[in-house]
Amino acid sequence: MARRISFLLNGEVQELEIEDHWTLLYLLREELGLTGTKEGCGSGECGACTVLVDNKAVNSCLYLAAEADGKEVLTIEGLASPDGTLHPLQRAFVENGAIQCGFCTPGMILSAKALLDENPSPTEEEIRHALAGNLCRCTGYLQIFRAVKAASGQFEKRSAEVISRSAE
Amino acid sequence: MRKFSYLTPRSLDEAISLMESYGERARYVAGGTDVMVKLKEGKLRPDYLVSLRRLPNLDRIMWEQGPSGELRIGALATHRALESSATIRWHYPIVHDAVSNIGSVQIRNVATIGGNLVNAVPSADGAIPLVTLDAKVRLQGPKGAREMDLLHFFLGPGQTVLEGGEVLTQILVPPLLPRTGSAYVKFGRREAMELPLLGVGVLLSLDEEMKRCVKARIGLGVAAPTPIRAFNAERFLEGREPTEAVLREAGQIAAEESRVRDSVRGAAWYRREMVKVLVCRMGLRCLERARSPH
Repeated sequence: MARRISFLLNGEVQELEIEDHWTLLYLLREELGLTGTKEGCGSGECGACTVLVDNKAVNSCLYLAAEADGKEVLTIEGLASPDGTLHPLQRAFVENGAIQCGFCTPGMILSAKALLDENPSPTEEEIRHALAGNLCRCTGYLQIFRAVKAASGQFEKRSAEVISRSAE
Repeated sequence: MRKFSYLTPRSLDEAISLMESYGERARYVAGGTDVMVKLKEGKLRPDYLVSLRRLPNLDRIMWEQGPSGELRIGALATHRALESSATIRWHYPIVHDAVSNIGSVQIRNVATIGGNLVNAVPSADGAIPLVTLDAKVRLQGPKGAREMDLLHFFLGPGQTVLEGGEVLTQILVPPLLPRTGSAYVKFGRREAMELPLLGVGVLLSLDEEMKRCVKARIGLGVAAPTPIRAFNAERFLEGREPTEAVLREAGQIAAEESRVRDSVRGAAWYRREMVKVLVCRMGLRCLERARSPH
C-alpha cells in the first residue's frame, strides 16, 4: 500500500509518497539519493545505517519509512553547516585519524552526536557503551573513542563560551 | 522485502478488531526490531502489520512511592526509556542492569519491553529481572482482559499463552519490601551486542537487623526452555543469614535445579558451574545494594 508522509529531513520538509514496506534506509538511499547512510548487515547488528529520529539514534534498516511521518530525521548529510564547515565531531574524526575505510563513519558520528547532545562530557566508558552498536571492521576503535572525547571537549568549550558570553 | 500493509490503529479496541478481521494474515508489531528482521528473512509473511506504536498511554512507566507502591510498566515502554528512568535505576536496579545491556542504543531506542517478553526467546534479558520481581502481566484480547504471573506467561521457546488477537498491555511489579537489594547479570563472552550464555537475577530482602533473609528470589535465563525460578535455592535462603558461604550453597542448589543444555554459545556443564558462581555473586551485590540504598 502507498501512503503520503511528511517529515523534516536535515532541516527541510519532505512530503512524498512511500510504500508501506519501505525501510527508512531504503527511502533515504534509493529514493532520495542520500547515500551517506550505509547498509551493512541489514539486521540491526552493525549500526552502519544509524540515523537520528527526533534526536535518537536508530537503525534505519529496521525502521519503517512510514514511522518517520511527522518526525525529524538527521542523516550525515545534514551535519555540516550549509557553507561546508564541518561539525566539531566530523572535524575531530578527521584530526584524530578516526576514519579508515569510512564505511562505519556516518553511523559512528551520528551515534556520538546523540550521546554528546544528551551527555556533553561522557567518560570513556560511557562513550564505549553508547557506541557499542556501531561496528568498525577496520577495528580503529581507539581513534574513534579519542575523537569523540576530543569533540566532547569542544562541546564543553562551546557551551562555556555561550555561558561566558551571556554573562557579559 | 515482501509487500505488506502497515496499519496504525489509534486504540487498543481498534487494534484487536483489526487482528480479528485479518486473523492469520496479520501480525502485531511494536518497535519492530525483531519483526523486521524476520520479515527480511522471510520467516514472517504477513499481509498486514498491525502497529501498536500509536496506542495511547501504553508506553508509560508509573510508580507510586511508598510501601503500597506498585510499579506499572506499559508494554510499549522502550528499553531506553526504562534505562533512563530514575525510578528504575534507584528502586529497581535489577531491571536497569538488564535493559541497559540489551542490544545497542539504536535497538533500545525502538525495541519495547513488551516485545522482548512476547518473543519469548530463552535468552530474553528483559524477562528474568521481572520474573525475579514477581511481576504479573496484563493481557487484553477479543475475549476481554486477564492477568497472570509473568512466570506462567511463557510456554516454551517462542511460545506464550497469548491467544489470537491478544496484546500484552502492561507489566505489574508488586511493591518491594524494605531493605531489599536486587541485581541481574547478563553473562556472555563479549561485552556488547550479544545474546547471553546465561542470565541470573537475584533479589534479597533482609530483616530489621539487616541480618536474616526474609525473602529471596532467583530468576534464571537460558537455564531452561523458558525463564525459571530456582525455588529450592530461594527456600534455602529464606530465614538464613546470607553469608558468602550460604550464598555459594544457594548457587549450588540453583545449579542443580537448572535445566541447562549444550548450545553453540556454551556447554551445559559450564553453564551449570556459572549458575553457581553468578547466583552467589549477584547475592553479594544484592546485600551491598540493600545495605546502602542509594
